Amino acid sequence: MTVHSFQEHFDSIIDRESTIEPRDWMPDDYRKTLIRQISQHAHSEIIGMLPEGNWITRAPTLRRKAVLLAKVQDEAGHGLYLYSAAETLGITRDEMYDQLHSGKAKYSSIFNYPTVTWADMGAIGWLVDGAAIMNQVPLCRTSYGPYARAMVRVCKEESFHQRQGFEIMLTLSKGTEIQKKMAQDAFNRWWWPSLMMFGPPDAESPHTAQSMRWRIKRFTNDELRQKFVDVTTEQAKVLGLEVPDKDLKWNEERGHYDFGTINWDEFWNVVKGNGPCNKQRLNARKTAWEDGKWVRDAAMAYAEKRKARNAQAKVA
Amino acid sequence: MTNDKLNKSEWPLWEVFIRSKAGLDHKHAGSLHAADAQMAIENARDVYTRRMEGVSIWVVESKHIQASDPDESGSMYDPANDKIYRHPTFYDLPDEVKYM
Repeated sequence: MTVHSFQEHFDSIIDRESTIEPRDWMPDDYRKTLIRQISQHAHSEIIGMLPEGNWITRAPTLRRKAVLLAKVQDEAGHGLYLYSAAETLGITRDEMYDQLHSGKAKYSSIFNYPTVTWADMGAIGWLVDGAAIMNQVPLCRTSYGPYARAMVRVCKEESFHQRQGFEIMLTLSKGTEIQKKMAQDAFNRWWWPSLMMFGPPDAESPHTAQSMRWRIKRFTNDELRQKFVDVTTEQAKVLGLEVPDKDLKWNEERGHYDFGTINWDEFWNVVKGNGPCNKQRLNARKTAWEDGKWVRDAAMAYAEKRKARNAQAKVA
Repeated sequence: MTNDKLNKSEWPLWEVFIRSKAGLDHKHAGSLHAADAQMAIENARDVYTRRMEGVSIWVVESKHIQASDPDESGSMYDPANDKIYRHPTFYDLPDEVKYM
């Protein structure tokens, strides 16, 4: 086949909503975009464990602790599914780690905000995981097979994350005055960064059209953001909490909520590394990797030794 | 850094197959890195069966998997296309024939 007919074959697979698999021919840019998107997603899961890890030892009850541990363990798992999916595109795990540690690869900026009270565990589950789910559900039908399959698994597990977060918010908002205030304060701090999770506005997102063509992306940033605002505003009513946006108003004509202007300067500033916790997060990750080196080496040495011993036993 | 240098300490990649319940086939679940087979099974337990998704795990080092070439799927699978007589519905039998 010529390059031209390879391209035609690829396009026809995309057009009939079928899947591209690792050994199929694909355009270089498709491969590159996927590696960037999937590895960035994996890094977000791994870095995402840090803000919540902060509260495992201080969870208010044993039940909350068990739940938080399970959630953080899930996130490690999600990172692994996604790294594996990216590896099928020809990049190694170590290369991806290297890109994360050197700052070349990004992860979701939301994890550069601090978790200062227990209510943040509720707000993260409810809002951050809620926004993540909204992004992720359409990706279960993305065009690259290994990515789509990883996302199916992730989405199945993720819904408990959001529900446990909402439950924390519900308990706090029905608690004492101080607890309710704590819940509202966490809501105030996480609301806007959660809206930023959907990425820059469509007008400033030059890759969206190409990614939609490739079915790597199924909805635009603004479409998903609007959906999130509509759904979450209603959920906030159940909690009796106030969405921290004075411009938020139901628009009968559009059938959606209108909402205030997002502070994109803040977004880009955090992306560039100047958020409240960027350095702390990356350092924690690098330290864990470097301090764990002897364990990885020892496991490999032990495996070699056991292999040699087994080989010898067979000879004898 | 070159791939070789980065790869030196990387644990090998394993493919994981899970039997979700007794009586069913093992099905490909995904892959993971582990130093040896035993660790691969233990890691597969933690990564792929946290919610009782499995009763049995197989692992095989990814480098041992041989796969067919998608570019040859034409010559591989086309010959089966025109042999509908391999399917029971190809045969037209009178309605009064029972249990067939």
